[in-house]
Amino acid sequence: MAQQHEKYYVPAYSPWPIIGAIGLFLIAFGAAHTVIDMKNEIDGWGSNVLWTGIIVIILMMFGWFRDQINESLAGMHSAQLGRSYRQGMTWFIFSEIMFFSAFFGALFYARFIAVEWLGGASNNLMTNEVLWPAFEAHWPLTTTPGGIESGSIGWMGLPLYNTIILIVSSFTCHLAHVNLEKNNRKMLTLWLGITVLLGCTFLYLQGVEYAHAYQDLGLRLDTGVYGNTFFMLTGFHGVHVTLGTIMLLVMFLRVLRGHFTPDNHFAFQATSWYWHFVDVVWVCLFIFVYVM
Amino acid sequence: MSTAVGEMTNHDHHHHAPSGFTRWLFTTNHKEIGSLYLWFSFIMFLVGGSMAMVIRAELFEPGLQLVDPHFFNQMTTVHGLVMVFGAVMPAFVGLANWMIPLMIGAPDMALPRMNNWSFWILPFAFMILLGSLFMDGGGPAFGWTFYAPLSTTYSTDSTALFVFSVHIMGISSIMGAINVIVTVMNMRAPGMTYMKMPMFVWTWFVTAFLLIAVMPVLACAATMVLTDKYFGTSFFDAAGGGDPVLFQHIFWFFGHPEVYIMILPSFGIVSAIIPAFSRKKLFGYSSMVYATGAIAGLSFLVWAHHMFTTGMPVGAEIFFMYATMLISVPTGVKVFNWVATMWRGSISFETPMLFAMAFVVLFTIGGFSGLMLAITPADFQYHDSYFVVAHFHYVLVSGAVFSIMAAAYYWLPKWTGHMYDEKLGRLHFWCSLISVNVLFFPMHFVGLAGMPRRIPDYALQFADINQIVSYGAFAFGLSQLIFLWVLIKCVRGGEKAPDKPWEGAEGLEWTVPSPAPLHTFETPPEVK
Repeated sequence: MAQQHEKYYVPAYSPWPIIGAIGLFLIAFGAAHTVIDMKNEIDGWGSNVLWTGIIVIILMMFGWFRDQINESLAGMHSAQLGRSYRQGMTWFIFSEIMFFSAFFGALFYARFIAVEWLGGASNNLMTNEVLWPAFEAHWPLTTTPGGIESGSIGWMGLPLYNTIILIVSSFTCHLAHVNLEKNNRKMLTLWLGITVLLGCTFLYLQGVEYAHAYQDLGLRLDTGVYGNTFFMLTGFHGVHVTLGTIMLLVMFLRVLRGHFTPDNHFAFQATSWYWHFVDVVWVCLFIFVYVM
Repeated sequence: MSTAVGEMTNHDHHHHAPSGFTRWLFTTNHKEIGSLYLWFSFIMFLVGGSMAMVIRAELFEPGLQLVDPHFFNQMTTVHGLVMVFGAVMPAFVGLANWMIPLMIGAPDMALPRMNNWSFWILPFAFMILLGSLFMDGGGPAFGWTFYAPLSTTYSTDSTALFVFSVHIMGISSIMGAINVIVTVMNMRAPGMTYMKMPMFVWTWFVTAFLLIAVMPVLACAATMVLTDKYFGTSFFDAAGGGDPVLFQHIFWFFGHPEVYIMILPSFGIVSAIIPAFSRKKLFGYSSMVYATGAIAGLSFLVWAHHMFTTGMPVGAEIFFMYATMLISVPTGVKVFNWVATMWRGSISFETPMLFAMAFVVLFTIGGFSGLMLAITPADFQYHDSYFVVAHFHYVLVSGAVFSIMAAAYYWLPKWTGHMYDEKLGRLHFWCSLISVNVLFFPMHFVGLAGMPRRIPDYALQFADINQIVSYGAFAFGLSQLIFLWVLIKCVRGGEKAPDKPWEGAEGLEWTVPSPAPLHTFETPPEVK
C-alpha cells in the first residue's frame, strides 16, 4: 500500500491563483467596457483594462507553469498527481465539448426550426403571412426575413484544404507523441515542428477565407443567422486553434530544451489531447456548417 | 473558524504560511478555502436577502411607494443572481471543500492551487455585477433568466458587465467542479470504494458532472446575448432568421440541471444528518445513489417545462410534461428513504436534525407544487404567477438554504473545535421555520388567484395576503441575524467539542480531532 499511495504533493502557498483572479477580473471588466465604448462610439479606457488583464494572465501562466515544471523536474510529482492532472484535463475538454455543442444546437435550431417556421412550416402559416409574407425558407439563409442579403460559402476549395491540413496535423501530433514515448527525440522534434506549421497554415487560410467572405461575398457576422452561426462557430474554433498552436509551440520549445521523458510528459499529452479535440470539432464544423 | 485554523498553523511544519491577510490570498489548503467560500456565501446571502427586503417592502402595500419600477426590476434580477450564484452554489462548494477530503480520507483537494483560483474569481465577479447597479441607467433588470429580447433590445449598457461577470462565475464553477470530480475519482483512501462513499460525496460527484456539463451552455447563451446586443447578430431576432424562443431553450438546458445542482448536495447533507440523529444506518443507501443518478440524467430531458406557455408543438409539451413527472419517482425514493431511516430510530432533536427534518417536509411541499406546475394545461394558469415564486422558494429556501444551515450546525464543532450555542440554534430554527412559512405559504394563494410575479404593484384584493407575506419576510430576514450571532459566538469560543460530538454520526471526518488540524490524512486511512 505504501508504494501505491505515496505522499500526495500539496503545493505550498502560491501567489499565482489570486493574480489569475485579478487578471480575469480585469479582462471581464475591461472587455465589458470595451464593448460598451464601441457601441456608444467613444474612445474609452475599456480596452486598456482588457489588455492589462491579458498581460496579467500571461504573466500568471508563466509563473504558475514555471513553478509546476520545476516541481516536476525536482521529482515531487507522484503517479497519483499525474492522474489528477490527466483527469482534470479530460473534464476540461468535456466542458469545451459542451460549449461547442450548445452552439451547434443553436445552428440546428435556427436552420431546422426557426427559419422553417418563419417560412410557414408546421402550423406556422400565419406567422409567415402576417410577419414576412414574401419570405421563403431556405438554407444557407442568403436573404433574411428582414431583407438582408449575403453570400454563402461552399465546402470546396479552402475549407476542404483546411480540413485536410487539420486531419494531417492530428496524425503528425500523434507521431510526435509516439516518438516521445520511444525517446526518439529527433523525430519528436520534427513531427512536432510540422504540427505547429500546419496549425499556423490553417490559421492563415482561415484569415484568407474571412477576408474573402467580408470583402467579396458580403457575408458578415451581422448578416442574419447564417452569418451569425458561421462566424461564431468558426470564430470560436479559430480561437481554440490559436490557443492550441501556442500550446504546441510552447511544447516545441520545451522539447528543444530537453524537457519531457517517455513516462513523464503530462503537459505534452494534454496539449496533444487538446489538439485532437480541436480537430474533431473542425470535422463536425466542416460537415454541418460547410457541407450540409 | 479563522482563529481556530490560525492556532493550528503555528504547529504546522509543512509550509511556512504567510502571515495575516496574505495567507488567505495565497492559500492552497482545502479547509481555509472552504471557510472562505462559506463566509463569502453568507455575506452574499445577506446582500441578496436585503434586496428581497426591498422587494417585500415595496409589495407591502398596493401602489408604488418606495422604489420606481425599474429599480424594482433590478432588485428581483440581482436578488436571484446573487442567491443562485453567490449564496447557494458557493455554500455547497465551501462544504465540498471542507468535507469531501475529510470524508474520503484525502490529504487535500486534487488540484489545490486551482481551488484557490476558483474561489478568488467569485468576489471579483460579484464586484462587477453589484457595481453595475450604480451605472447610469442602472444594472440588469431583465430577471435572473435574462430572456431575450429583454436582455438584448430592451436592456441598458450594463448588460455587457452582467454577461462578463456571468462568464467568470462560470469559469469559477467549472474549475471548482473539475476539482471535486477529480478528487472523488482519484483521491479516495484505500478501501473507500464508490459504493462506500458517504451520500454527500456521491451527490457532489453527480453535481460536479452536471456543473461541467451545463455551465458552458450558460456561457453560450450569455455570449449570444452579448453579440445580439453589441455586434449585430440576430440569434434571438426573427428578422434575421433567429428566434427569441431559442434563447429560452438554451437557457433552460442550462437552467434545469442548475436547479438540481442547487438541491443534490442538500440531499447528501440530509442523508448524513438524519441517520446520525436517528442512530440508525441510512435506509436504502444504494437506492439513494441510483436515485441521484436518475435525477441527474432526467434533468437533461425536462428543460422545456419552463416554457409551456412560450409555444411548442403539442407533442413536445406532452413529452416534457411526462418526463418532468418521472422525476418525482427518484425524488420520492429519497423522501421515503429518509422517513424510513427515522422509523423506529432513537431520535434526538438537536438543531441540525431540526433543520434536516424541516427540509424533508418543506422540500416535499415544494416538490408537490412542482408536480402541479408540471401538468401542462394547469401550468397555463399558474405560469409566471406568485404560485411559481412560492414553489421555487420552498425548494430553494426551505430546501437548499435549510440544508446548508443544517450542515453548518452539524459540522461547526468539527470546523471550530467548539460546540455552538444549542439554545440560540433552536431559537434560530424556530424563528426561521415559522417565518419561512408565513413568508412563502400564502404566496400559493395569491398566485392561484392571479397575482403575477416580478410586478411592483398589484390589484387591491391581494393586499391582505401581501402584508402577511411581507411580515413573514421581515421576520425571516431578522432571524438570520441570530444565525450570524451563533456563528460568531461559536468561532470565538464555547464548550470544547469532542472529536465526535454526535453520538450516532458515522464517517471519517469524525476520526480527526476537533477542530480539524490544517493537514489531515497525509497518510491515507485504511477503510474496511
